[in-house]
Parts: sequence; C-alpha cells; structure tokens
Amino acid sequence: MSDAGFAVDVRDVTVAYREKPVLWDIDLEVAPGVLMAVVGPNGAGKTTLIKAILGLIKPAAGEVLIHGRPYSQQRHRVAYVPQRGSVDWDFPTNVLDVVTMGLYGKLGWVRRPTKQHKAVALEALRKVNMEAFASRQISQLSGGQQQRVFLARALVQEADVYFMDEPFQGVDAVTERSIIELLRALRAEGKTVVVVHHDLQTVPEYFDSVLLLNVRRIASGPVEDVFTEENLRVTYGGRVGFVKFVRQQSGVDNA
Amino acid sequence: MTPEQIEIQLVACAVAAACAMPGVFLILRKMAMMSDAISHAILPGIVLAFFAVGELHSPWLIAGAAVAGLATVVLVESISSTRLVKEDAAIGLVFPVLFSVGVLLIAKFAGDIHLDTDAVLTGELAFAPFDRLTIGGVDFGPKSLVTMLTIGFVNAVFIATFYKELKLATFDAGMAASLGFAPVVLHYVLMALVSITAVGAFDAVGSILVVAFMIGPPACGYLLTDRLSTMMLISVGFGLLSAISGYWVAHALDASIAGCMASAVGVLFLVTVAVAPGRGLLSVVRRQSRQRWAFAEKMLAIHLKQHEGLPEEARENRAAHLQEHLRWEAEFARSVVRRAVEDGFVEDDAGFLHLTKAGRVLASETVVDA
Repeated sequence: MSDAGFAVDVRDVTVAYREKPVLWDIDLEVAPGVLMAVVGPNGAGKTTLIKAILGLIKPAAGEVLIHGRPYSQQRHRVAYVPQRGSVDWDFPTNVLDVVTMGLYGKLGWVRRPTKQHKAVALEALRKVNMEAFASRQISQLSGGQQQRVFLARALVQEADVYFMDEPFQGVDAVTERSIIELLRALRAEGKTVVVVHHDLQTVPEYFDSVLLLNVRRIASGPVEDVFTEENLRVTYGGRVGFVKFVRQQSGVDNA
Repeated sequence: MTPEQIEIQLVACAVAAACAMPGVFLILRKMAMMSDAISHAILPGIVLAFFAVGELHSPWLIAGAAVAGLATVVLVESISSTRLVKEDAAIGLVFPVLFSVGVLLIAKFAGDIHLDTDAVLTGELAFAPFDRLTIGGVDFGPKSLVTMLTIGFVNAVFIATFYKELKLATFDAGMAASLGFAPVVLHYVLMALVSITAVGAFDAVGSILVVAFMIGPPACGYLLTDRLSTMMLISVGFGLLSAISGYWVAHALDASIAGCMASAVGVLFLVTVAVAPGRGLLSVVRRQSRQRWAFAEKMLAIHLKQHEGLPEEARENRAAHLQEHLRWEAEFARSVVRRAVEDGFVEDDAGFLHLTKAGRVLASETVVDA
C-alpha cells in the first residue's frame, strides 16, 4: 500500500441542498502531519465540508481520498469530533462510557468493550485531565469538560487524520490552551489535524496551514502565504475594517 | 388465583416487557409519539388486507396492520429527512392522513360491515385465556401470550445483540455513521420492531395500554438512572409492576383491566417524578431551598465582613439592622442568623453579630478583595 501523497485529498466536491450549492467545486490537498484551520463566515459550508469528507453527506459531485483511498476503506484511520451541541448530553451514560465509544470502530459489529478497552479510555481521559470525572453523568459537565471528553473519545481512536468541528467553541482560555497542546502533540506524532475554527486572531498562532472557505475555496496553504488581508476580504465579503483589525491583533502585519 | 387470572397477568406482563424494551429507545430518540401514531395509522392496512382476503378474522389483517405501521415509519422518516419539518411534526402529519384514508375506505366500500381497528385487534385482556393456541391437540396457552413472548424475545435478542450499536446510534448518529455502523438501517429495524410490537400488543391488550406500556415505564427509568442498561431493566420492571398491580386493582374495583393497568403506569410515573433522586420534584425543591439558605448565609457573611473593624460596625452588624440593610423580612433575617450561628459562621453576642473564622472564609470565598 503506497502512502505517499496527501492525508486528505478533496477533488471537485460539490454539495447541494435542494439545488442550492453549499459547497461549490472544492479542491483541497492536506499534507500529512499538518495542523490546518478551516475558516469562513457562517454558512460558508465548513461543517458540510467535513461531513462530506466523512461520507455523512453525499456530495453531488467529486470524490474524497484519505491517504490515497476512499473514506469507506479508511474509516479506522479517521477520527471525528463533532460540534458539542450535536448530541444529547442528557443521554443516560457516563464520561468513561462516551470515551469508550471511540473504540467501537476497532471493535466492529456486536463485540462488546472489555476491561482493557475501559483502561485505554481511562488513559485518554488522563491525557485531557478528566480522569476524575470518569464515572460522572455527562449532563453534569461544563462546556469545556464536554469538549475534552469528545477529544478523549477521538484520541482513543488512534487515527491518522482528525477532523474537529469547533473544538474551542464555548471553552475557557485554560481549556483552549490545553486543547491546542493536545493538537500539537498529535501533529508531533505525524498525525493530520483539520479544525473548523472561528477565532481568526488565533489562526497564525495555532495553525500552520489554513483553508479559507466561503461556499468556494478561496485559498488554502501555509498560513504565512494564504492568511492575507486580500484573501480574508474575499472570504468575509469585504468587511475590511474588521479584517484589518484581526490582522493587526494577530501580529501578521509586522511590516 | 384461577388459571385464567394467572394467564391474564402473564399476557399483560409479556406485553409490558415487550413494549418497554423498544420504548426506551423511543424516549431517548424523542419519538414517544410514534407509538400513538402507529396505533392510528394501521387502520388502512387492516382495511386493505380485509378487501384482499374478504374475511374479518384472518391473520392477514394483522399482517396488513404491521405493514401499515412500517409505512408510517418510512413516511415519517422521508418527510423529516427533507428538513422542512421536524420529526414530531412529521409524525403529526402522517398518522391523521393514514387514519382518515382508512376511515374513508370503510365509509366508501365497507359501510355495511363492522370494520374498525377494534374489530380486528380485539384488544381485550379479559378474553385472552379463551383464545388458545393448540397444535395437534396440545395446548400452548393463550394465543396472545405466545405471540407477545415471541415478539418480546425478538426485541430482547435484537437489543442485546446490537446494544453497543444502538447506544452509539442513539447518542451520536453522526459518529455511528462515520464508523460505519449504519445508524439509518438500525433506526428502521428498531422502528419495524416498534411497529410489530405495537400491532401484536394492540391485539392482546388494546391500544391505550400499548402506548402506556411503551412510554410510561421508560420515562420513569429515564428519571431514575444515568445508565442505559439500568434504564432498560427499570423499564421492564416497572412495566411488570404496573401490569400486575393494575390487574389486582381492577379485580378489587371490578373495573376495566386495561384501564387500571394504564392508570397504574400513570401513578407510577407521578410517584417517580415526585421522588426520583436528583431529578425528582422533591429533590429539586430540597436543593433549591438549600441553595437559598446557603446564599442568604453567604450574603450575611459578606455584609458582616464588609463592615468588620470599621466605625459603623456597631450599627451595621446588628441582627436588628439586617432587615433594613439586606431588605430581608424580619422573620427571614432571624432564620438566617439562627442558621449561620448553627453552622458556625457567626456568633450572636446579644444582637451584635461577629464573624467566626469559618464565616470569614465563607465571605472571602465569594468576594475578591480589591
């Protein structure tokens, strides 16, 4: 099996909801070992792109390859952290159980998790500093804690490519720090991490690569090449004052 | 107990257990209405099957009901998957249409025949012991008991086998799909089981009791535990409990058996809502009152600390002054002081209030000194 080439290779993907294209002819190549941000205004199709890559939404056209093969053959190499609000946190289950769900893919159909699997899940909880919450009912967690539980669930999947949908949403500064440390640790292991991100100011600090998306791909590549005022203006529809402010804040405009 | 009494209770227990298992997932998927919808929407299935076989007491009519139940599920799913309406609205749209199609078919083509849901799915527990299954002269017991035990067994095997997959698909369908666990297929199989269970149970106990058994006990379980497997056990247990207690209430009152069982489910749920630990009304009230007093004591401690050691202390930190300063009713202020003294936060020196060491800690926990 040749593994040369891209971790994620999106070719000409178009997604439409009832004739209205939400993603138009997207090409995206993500090299392995990259920490990439996906940014764009609300309704730009960021979540849709991730769902299309994961086969959760059927694209109207185009194809997606993960390490050179279709997603359906590479499920075990991909982990997905959905938006926190996408699940029912009143579901009758505890923290350890949710993290163990990350191992279901390896278990396959019907086989049940064993003590060893629980131990792996507990180890992942330790990595996100949530060990003490293992037996806590999930509705008793704060937003940041819920996010870390989701992260631990992705960690146990031991994937090569991670997709995360707004992992920093509604978390405090300390949790944001610890999450970004974890993402960097994943990158250090050679994993590829693609993150839907809303805070433009932290893009240059946190990520080494960025995709600017607004229904079409505006630009993608290394942050220093692509995260420019011109590209941001195109992506966000000409709110220049706002864009300038962001770039000054983030320290890209050193000239 | 006569053999008939035992058999009636056994049938009711089999129905309760068979209904509770898929009912748990209906509650967790916020689809409780589905059981009610299916109970109405099966009418056209019965009518069409009757037109096909021309006989009221054919098992094909029950098969027709089951198919109509499945059609309900498929229609609801395809309407809600357009995302134009929510799932509950889709349910509300589908079942009146199917039901009225059934009514119109009867009015137009079968006006002279007594054909309605009740005529096919007799649903009278009291008669259950008289309709027996005999094969080659051997008596296997009431037909509805055999049917419901079979359905219950299928439900139990399906849920036990795919427990992990059902749990994941219910909690996080997106993740289930991304791992390749086909949540849509699981959903349809689950809903097919709901439909078959409902039709079988209508025939055994009548429609109201089916809805009660499918929704009531799982709703209790949801309030009583934080574990899915425990919720499943509680649901089955509460189902059996309401079946048996309902039977004996009906026996004592000489009233409708199904009515008493459905009422027993209701009573059980009310008791659960009242006393459930953590989520029940009583513990919510208790928690709120505890928080109210704790907050008041904290306010008192902060107030005392603010004026501690200052010239106005003698005036401000008097029990009698609290009324004016914190705008507390006299009675309430006295209670707060009494509680604060009991908890060791405050010492009452003839109406003059001192903070204790613990009281100072309490005050500074909440207020950051400038």
